[in-house]
Amino acid sequence: MVEAGLSTPRDAAGASSEAENPRDSLVVRFGADKPLKLDAGVELSPLQIAYKTYGTLNADRSNAVLVAHALTGDHHVASVHPVTGKNGWWETMVGPGRPIDTERYFIICPNVVGGCMGTSGPASINPKTGKPWGLEFPVITIRDMVRAQAMLLDHLGIATLFAVAGGSMGGMQALQWAASYPERVFAALPIACSTRHSAQNIAFHEVGRQAVMADPEWKQGRYLLEGGNPRRGLAVARMGAHITYLSDAALHRKFGRKFQDRANPTFSFDADFEVESYLRHQGISFVERFDANSYLYLTRAMDYFDIAADCGGVLANAFKNTQTRFCVVSFTSDWLFPTSDSRAIVHALNAAGARVSFAEIVTDKGHDAFLLDEPELFAIVRGFLDGAGKARGLKARG
Amino acid sequence: MLSRANQNLNAASAARTSGGARVDLLLVSQMVENGAKVLDVGCGDGELLRLLGETRGVDGRGIELSREGVNECVAKGLAVIQGDADTDLADYPDDTFDYVILSQTLQATRHPRVVLEHMLRIGRHAIVSFPNFGHWQVRLQLLFAGHMPQTEILPYSWYDTPNIHHCTIKDFRQLCGTIGVKMEKAVALNAWGTPLRLNAPWWFWNLFGEQAVFLLSRKDRTKS
Repeated sequence: MVEAGLSTPRDAAGASSEAENPRDSLVVRFGADKPLKLDAGVELSPLQIAYKTYGTLNADRSNAVLVAHALTGDHHVASVHPVTGKNGWWETMVGPGRPIDTERYFIICPNVVGGCMGTSGPASINPKTGKPWGLEFPVITIRDMVRAQAMLLDHLGIATLFAVAGGSMGGMQALQWAASYPERVFAALPIACSTRHSAQNIAFHEVGRQAVMADPEWKQGRYLLEGGNPRRGLAVARMGAHITYLSDAALHRKFGRKFQDRANPTFSFDADFEVESYLRHQGISFVERFDANSYLYLTRAMDYFDIAADCGGVLANAFKNTQTRFCVVSFTSDWLFPTSDSRAIVHALNAAGARVSFAEIVTDKGHDAFLLDEPELFAIVRGFLDGAGKARGLKARG
Repeated sequence: MLSRANQNLNAASAARTSGGARVDLLLVSQMVENGAKVLDVGCGDGELLRLLGETRGVDGRGIELSREGVNECVAKGLAVIQGDADTDLADYPDDTFDYVILSQTLQATRHPRVVLEHMLRIGRHAIVSFPNFGHWQVRLQLLFAGHMPQTEILPYSWYDTPNIHHCTIKDFRQLCGTIGVKMEKAVALNAWGTPLRLNAPWWFWNLFGEQAVFLLSRKDRTKS
């Protein structure tokens, strides 16, 4: 039943080559002299980071904006994706004249550690064996991702970021940046995120991981070595996760109970409903570009995320004496990272005396709203960055 | 609620200077030291915060209840969060700000006394402006017309007003006495936005002041 809907011809080898030799990307490799120290207590070396940049770094290197991508995103934020051929995932936000204006700011978007689009991850080659890491790859955290990004900035000669921005897992990275490197972040824009993953979110992720692991082609994570690809498991994981990115109202508005290319139910387990067909499509298109093990690692990184736990359980301590300006944004229909999560961030920042703005945007589009056409979000991001730019002494766009 | 209260004075009828700034906001801004750290509670569309930023170079923050107000402020680059004076002031630590301002909002809070106490806990100073319910026009309407007063700065009908805790200048002074607040400065404005004579007696202010602005501080600086 599901099998028919989710079959896809692609083998995992394709994803693997993108992990090693990413197309249309800048790549930096850190050798044994510069290992990445991981929270897991081990070092990752060598380390490869794939990234994209847009715009021009100004003379005093003060206009750099790091855009952090979400769980299933990558560094192709504002240009055509080399695998899918689709536009960048945040082209409405990042680009010439956009709120994160490439004519004003120098935008850096790296693929996260543990990813599968050119930065070291489970689909990359383990130099010790000459074969893909698979589950031999160390478990990574959001803090590890940010540490790696700091290494990239050092490599680029950028001491301070004008801003770091991101939604969902990208927002977690923005918060972690402000907590780990307060002196390197002038402004932070965490959108639709929280300072710790909730039990419900961990639960959803576990379902996704179990779906991957239940696929016989997963082969204990050794599919890149032994052949095959747990695409059905990964597609199911994606389908489940995708529901959490939407909202009841958005699903109803988009699909309702409409049938897919038929007038009546078939009394079978075909995708009778449009919403089923849509989800299957989401699942299939996802496995074409994403490595299943990478999905396990990145969901795990989000699960482990808890900034307060790193600071004796007091969230405000994570941002003590911070000079960073924050703009926290949430969406009314986001039940994955509800407004209450953002309020907790705001309370902690207030307690720390931080300069914080917080806006909740009314939308029925759910968690995914941060990726979609939300004029209010654009106005807020633009206004926040303009204000911060003035304080930073950046030249107005001209 | 807070924002609607602010709109009492956002109406075109609010007294403005030739430069276009609201007189009561100018008065408030003149009470603030340059470069101070300021929290504007119920900041509406951010007009006061902007004024304070431009004329006083303050490090300004705002709380606003209405989502539209907040989003407008943030889009202007102001540091404003969505929140409620009645509940969210409790989250701020002691002595976070030099000034906490409550502009035309006191009468719209559920617990004015608690709000005022929080303001003086989290700020060294509090600045409170409010419409004076003891103004002669208000008194005459109730006395002779026999209905709840409606004036230019209190335009609402009794059944849809956000203003649930009206007070007079006299009432407010008494509250300040009750909770042990030091009144550092007070100004009353008449209906044309002109400050009343400083040496006028309080009963005169209470009768002819359409609105009042108070600069307050804690009496006992060691207690917090």
